[in-house]
Amino acid sequence: MKMRFILPLIIFAALIALFAVGLQLNPREVPSPLIDKAAPNFDLPRVDAAEARITRSDLTAHKVSLFNVWASWCVACRQEHPFLMELARDNTVPIYGLNYKDERKDAVAWLKRHGDPYRASGFDHEGRVGIDWGVYGVPETFVVDAQGTIRYKHIGPLTPQVWREKLEPIVRELQGAAS
Amino acid sequence: MRPLLAVVLLLFAIAAQAAISAYKFDTPEQEARFNKLSQELRCLVCQNQNIADSNAGLALDLRRQIHEMILAGNSDTEIVDFMTQRYGDFVLYRPPVRAGTLLLWVGPFVLLLVGGVALAWFVHRRVATTSETPLSAAEQQRLEALVRERGGQS
Repeated sequence: MKMRFILPLIIFAALIALFAVGLQLNPREVPSPLIDKAAPNFDLPRVDAAEARITRSDLTAHKVSLFNVWASWCVACRQEHPFLMELARDNTVPIYGLNYKDERKDAVAWLKRHGDPYRASGFDHEGRVGIDWGVYGVPETFVVDAQGTIRYKHIGPLTPQVWREKLEPIVRELQGAAS
Repeated sequence: MRPLLAVVLLLFAIAAQAAISAYKFDTPEQEARFNKLSQELRCLVCQNQNIADSNAGLALDLRRQIHEMILAGNSDTEIVDFMTQRYGDFVLYRPPVRAGTLLLWVGPFVLLLVGGVALAWFVHRRVATTSETPLSAAEQQRLEALVRERGGQS
């Protein structure tokens, strides 16, 4: 076959390949520069008790813990909530919460109504800790190890599938290490 | 009718004023820096808006953050570094040139070059195949023989 028939065919195939890859990427998932970096420090009042505090060292007291960003106004948080409850009930991994830009009474009522999977939740009314952690869409879930390094970040609701495929292997590895 | 119109126009005036003077600065220079920075930083929630135009909660928070940092005496570079440390190069509408963003910067020029070369090649080939080349001596003789044979009639 002549070059002038083959060339457009090659260009066409290249475009198809480009679109096939490009359209499967999720533009909302912006890679976080915080992955494999030290988790930002924070010191927040707890949602359930304003006088009690939650800090970064609460997270690093465990071999691995989840830091889940949630809010009572967040619809997708309702979606992932039953699964977080399941993880907490089975004692799979300690979960801490960051209550992001919420009202205290709404947050407390939400936990009362849907259950509280968190060891503790920090009350980040102004979203300042959220900025330090690069939060831009709730819910988000960080995997933090005992050294305080962010090992993984999931954006969007945590589903059993995401857990199995992405978070669980990292959590299991960290739980197994140095036991 | 006229008073009503006046009231409506006045409401617009208030809204416009509110949007501009949401933050107070010590100097006009600080305000100019604020406007420039908030226009160059991208809102991650809405993605195709900058922080200045977006009314998403995060954009409001980041505007507040820029405002505070300017008043605290931080330089533009420090503020941009603060944002990229947390949100990555994605927040910059003008990403820095580095290995990961090289394609973004040189890609259009490479495409232009490839397109230009291809165009030149096609044009050259077309000219080469269609242009009139003078007949060789043998061809000229044959042509004359054919013309003679047919008695000069075409």
